[in-house]
Amino acid sequence: MSTAFLYALVGVGLFCIGLYALIVHAHLLRKILAINVMGSGVFLVLVALANRTENLSPDPVPHAMVITGIVVAISATALALTLMLKVAMETGRAELPDEGRE
Amino acid sequence: MATIFLAIPWGVILILLPLATGMICFLWPKLAKILGVMTTFAIVPSVVGLGWQIASNGVYRYAIGGWSAPLGIELYADGLSLLMLAATALVGFGVSVYSVAYFERAAAVRFWPIWLFLLAALNALFLSADIFNLYVTLELMGLAAVALTALTGSKEALTGAMRYLLATLLGSLSYLFGVALLYLSYGSVDIAILATRVIASPAVWAALGLMGAGLLLKTALFPLHFWLPPAHASAPAPVSALLSALVVKASFYILLRLWLTIFGPLVGGEGVDTLLGLLGAAAVLWGSFQALRQTRLKLLVAYSTVAQVGYLFLAFPLAAAAGVTAWSAAVYLALSHALAKAAMFLVAGNLLRFGGHDRIADLDRVVQRLPLTAGAFALASVSIMGLPPSGGFIGKWLLLEAALAQGRWGLVAVMILGGLLAATYVFKVLGHTFTQADVPHEPNLVPASMEWAALLLALGAVLLGFLASPVLALVGIGDVFSASEVRP
Amino acid sequence: MGRNRWLLLPLFVSLFVGLSYAVLSLPEHPESLQKMVVDKIEVSGVSNPVTAVLLNFRGYDTLLEMVVLLLALLGVWSLGSSAVRREATPDPVLDTLARLLVPVLILVAAYLLWVGAHAPGGAFQAGSVLGATGVLLLLAGWRLRADLTALPLRLVLVAGPGAFVAMAVVTLLIQGQLLEYPPAQAGILILILETGATLSIGATLTALFLGTRPQHKENE
Repeated sequence: MSTAFLYALVGVGLFCIGLYALIVHAHLLRKILAINVMGSGVFLVLVALANRTENLSPDPVPHAMVITGIVVAISATALALTLMLKVAMETGRAELPDEGRE
Repeated sequence: MATIFLAIPWGVILILLPLATGMICFLWPKLAKILGVMTTFAIVPSVVGLGWQIASNGVYRYAIGGWSAPLGIELYADGLSLLMLAATALVGFGVSVYSVAYFERAAAVRFWPIWLFLLAALNALFLSADIFNLYVTLELMGLAAVALTALTGSKEALTGAMRYLLATLLGSLSYLFGVALLYLSYGSVDIAILATRVIASPAVWAALGLMGAGLLLKTALFPLHFWLPPAHASAPAPVSALLSALVVKASFYILLRLWLTIFGPLVGGEGVDTLLGLLGAAAVLWGSFQALRQTRLKLLVAYSTVAQVGYLFLAFPLAAAAGVTAWSAAVYLALSHALAKAAMFLVAGNLLRFGGHDRIADLDRVVQRLPLTAGAFALASVSIMGLPPSGGFIGKWLLLEAALAQGRWGLVAVMILGGLLAATYVFKVLGHTFTQADVPHEPNLVPASMEWAALLLALGAVLLGFLASPVLALVGIGDVFSASEVRP
Repeated sequence: MGRNRWLLLPLFVSLFVGLSYAVLSLPEHPESLQKMVVDKIEVSGVSNPVTAVLLNFRGYDTLLEMVVLLLALLGVWSLGSSAVRREATPDPVLDTLARLLVPVLILVAAYLLWVGAHAPGGAFQAGSVLGATGVLLLLAGWRLRADLTALPLRLVLVAGPGAFVAMAVVTLLIQGQLLEYPPAQAGILILILETGATLSIGATLTALFLGTRPQHKENE
């Protein structure tokens, strides 16, 4: 298995770990971080396998997709963090009611 | 004159106009209300223009920047996209007129730019033919929807919005992983090109699972519906209307599009459509049952959305043998639900403004004092229950026809039971609109525009019942449904 | 959630196994768009393939993502103030660090913007560095002058997506095709778009870090 695929597996692992953390943890900050880890996993898969062909130059389209994805992830994280702070301010705890279900 | 009209790129206008005016509203908030209403008004003839274009010239494909797929991004409009755009235009205009009176100054300044961006996202989504572009439009739509949900700042709104945001982000990431797998397998993100290249490889199965799960979460199909009732019930009334009517339909549209072109021909008949049908049936029964138990109107209407979304998925198992009928039924149901559910949420907003609460049992002589609002609710209910004449009736009738022809008695039973349950929860509300509350209260004034907006949208849902032929003819443009029928 | 944790674990292990199988089954030598990008790159106006894809071939995606960033800020601002902000006076180390680093960072950002046309770099990278600069300034206690926090700030925030939409409208009217750049001017047009984008991204990231809308006036 080439190194590209090894990195891609790491990306899959990050996605799964992030998903697990998102479901299991109740604290909102952990959930938001879990989403970010999942996102990083997907980006890693894209970037790693953009260079499977072992040419000198990798495929630029996945790189562009990841740049777009990062910007979108930042926007979403910013909104999520602010919303979390408001929830904590209003309810006193940074957790969702009903036993922290996703 | 006609040739000039046909040559205008209406599709592009549908996307650029709300983007531009959204930014202008952000820069100069004093213009927000007037610009917002004017934009949503202008969207309606633009959709008509696009409709005329595709009725004359067939399916519309537009290569942005002159770069055609697979290198660039293409816009694509066929009958299905057109109908979704039309629903967006009508509901969008109705809700905008309502919002002018609903929001006071400070909230309005925050509402309009975000709503216009949401409108741009919806139009861009329905016109897109590129799965990565769909991801970006999904995120734009999701973030706008979350921001609008949290607008009131109440505790319920904030927690509802937070849950909604986490769910929508999870859905998008799952979808993006699927996009990655498809691109890395076949070297394109254009839907038409992928349709020619895909084979049933493990990566494609994984992509189906990931994208399907993500989109089902965003469409709130049982059992992934947990985020919908708190979010839709605690948002401001016009926002709830937009969410239930349009936003959940957008992810359904993407799912449908992907199923029809890429996944359906490969894996149709291998149990995936049966699974979707089962989940849809569960959604119909569970959503209707939960709606019955609610004491607050907005929660009842939100659970009704959960149930109505289930009906859309009943088309999947029926489509293998009767594709055109089943899918047309689903689209008809989606359209009628958009109009009727928007009307219902606007009614809830009126009642909230009127009495200061939305407790069903304490509704106080609504029919006598707010006849237009009560009428709107009654008309919308006709469509939700699936009674003639209404769009809801046409949709349910087509589904029943397909199910009876194929001997799917289980689905028939679910549909009939769903209709009965809907009638029960609807009449529960209607009954209370006639009675006097135990503790009468001083009514607040409800502006006429708010009442009329609700009434006209509900009327639209009923009118759809008379427009079956032209609407079904429009859906046929592009012939996207018959391609998915399994060849004998 | 303690018991459920361990019950979910086998589920996730199987998810990992399944997805890994799918990923490993991806073809070693796939069809990709690389060749097409290389073919068309001279017409695109830049020589960095990623910039060409982002700003020319798939520029529409970039337009939408800039709107996403602006929208996130709109959402954050509409939520209102979220915490009592402790205005601490920065210690001398932070203060000096800011004074030394900020000019350097601005230069680095400008360089990244310029070099993006032919080497790794571009608007997003430059914008991120500007954003980091803004965060450093905020941490050191700097705040935007009061008279600049209304329309001027909003204009800078809108510069990126606004330039894109304006470019879209202009190309539509003049060329008849949305976002189609004439090959001779493509390079300079892309640079204009990237400059607007850099400023916007930097300002938006800084504003997102601050969280609350600066000097929000009630009659706005």
